[in-house]
Amino acid sequence: MTRLKTLLSAALLVAGGLALTAAPATADPLRIGTEGAYPPFNEVNENGELIGFDIDIAKALCAEMAVECTFVKQDWDGIIPGLLAKKYDAIIASMSITEEREKTVDFTERYYTNKLQFIGPKGADLTITAEGMAGKTIGAQRATVSAKWAEENMPGVDIKLYDTQENAYLDLEAGRLDAIIADQLVNYEWLNSEAGADFEFKGEPVFENDLIGIAVREGEDELRENLNAAIKAIVEDGTYAEINQRYFPFSIY
Amino acid sequence: MDGFGWDIILQSLPKLLEGLWVTAQLVLVSGLFGLLLALPLGIARSSPRPWVRALPFGYIFFFRGTPLLVQLFLIYYGLAQFEAIRQGPLWYLLREPYVCALLTFSLHTAAYIAEILRGALQAVPPGEVEAARAIGMGRWLTLRRVLLPRAAQIGLPAYGNEVILMVKGSALASTITLLDLTGMARTLIAGNYRAVEMFLAAGVLYLIFNWVLQRLFRLAERAMNRHLREPPRLVQQPVPRVPSGLDPPL
Repeated sequence: MTRLKTLLSAALLVAGGLALTAAPATADPLRIGTEGAYPPFNEVNENGELIGFDIDIAKALCAEMAVECTFVKQDWDGIIPGLLAKKYDAIIASMSITEEREKTVDFTERYYTNKLQFIGPKGADLTITAEGMAGKTIGAQRATVSAKWAEENMPGVDIKLYDTQENAYLDLEAGRLDAIIADQLVNYEWLNSEAGADFEFKGEPVFENDLIGIAVREGEDELRENLNAAIKAIVEDGTYAEINQRYFPFSIY
Repeated sequence: MDGFGWDIILQSLPKLLEGLWVTAQLVLVSGLFGLLLALPLGIARSSPRPWVRALPFGYIFFFRGTPLLVQLFLIYYGLAQFEAIRQGPLWYLLREPYVCALLTFSLHTAAYIAEILRGALQAVPPGEVEAARAIGMGRWLTLRRVLLPRAAQIGLPAYGNEVILMVKGSALASTITLLDLTGMARTLIAGNYRAVEMFLAAGVLYLIFNWVLQRLFRLAERAMNRHLREPPRLVQQPVPRVPSGLDPPL
């Protein structure tokens, strides 16, 4: 009888332990991974704080879900491995929803829509085709939709891959690059800055309907559903539009 | 995403070997240029005159005291900020990340090699220098025939160590768009998300490359220090012929 009791209580303990570990992250703060080098979406200000559209959206979502959130800054090309290694629970870093990434992580619904578009020096005659760009050098950030697009659609063109988007812009200014392919909105921000004054968009957007979502680990459906509900809520109650307005004079949803 | 991707490593191997080839070029060429640059630096550094020592001291102080990554960014992104350099005659070279990496690595490793050389020169037993002077060798001849060959024997193991450190340091080339072994691994990860497999494979390739370098330096050491290895045998030596008037070759 005592043995049975011990067994029972042990089983209860194990079950309790399992229940504890499987509990949703309501007690623990939700850890959000972001890059911090992708203005105006996420960047680090002079006080070392993360700011930007992604950060504001993340904070609004956390407020909506009534959970505490902490941010983890992570270099872009390690951002999915970091999620898989449980350094954080969600990536809110302007990540495009792609088939390839969906093999590894799950995405929420979009929280904004982007396009890919080339930029180059003002006055430079660039034809945005593989033939037109032959002999030119294109810059893109490593491990992005832009880099993948360039590799697939510009065969034979020299493509340089950068750790951060900011370094790619530095090389465009220096004249090492003839053009950059990047998210239209990020390019828009840079073209409006002092550094981008001598550059302009080249050609039409090459890829539209680039949907940006929040990545979570596969199988974390509860978190994903909560985030989806929160995105829906902030879009409906006007919080989203208010944040959008801080960065862009047009809707990017 | 389950299981360890041996097949993915196998698929990526040609690309990784391509990257290793870039790494090998960067290290071997900068190791050679660094050595050439370190010769005058190290010799001047071991001079008894303070004003001769000052310039190499400043150089070594800067390049040993700042991180390689900072030096690389200063040369690659920093120089490109100046209109004068972008319009200058050397821009066609400096615009290439490959040239910038070679330049930075050469300058960086030269500082360390110069210090190795200074140490080795100062470790040459004074008796050998005195002997050279006593038989009438001038300063340069002593340097060429006695000091430098002896310093090479003494400093070779430390130089080999520095080359291996540069192999590892060269991974920073990936930050300026070069597809060296690390850069290639990172680019492959962007496509297949297999960070563990790719970095493990890259690590093993670095290990093999460094092991080969180590063996080569070991062989060079044995060849250079042959005279230290075998103790003279106690056998009857034939009586040497007296040289006929001319000095014996050294």
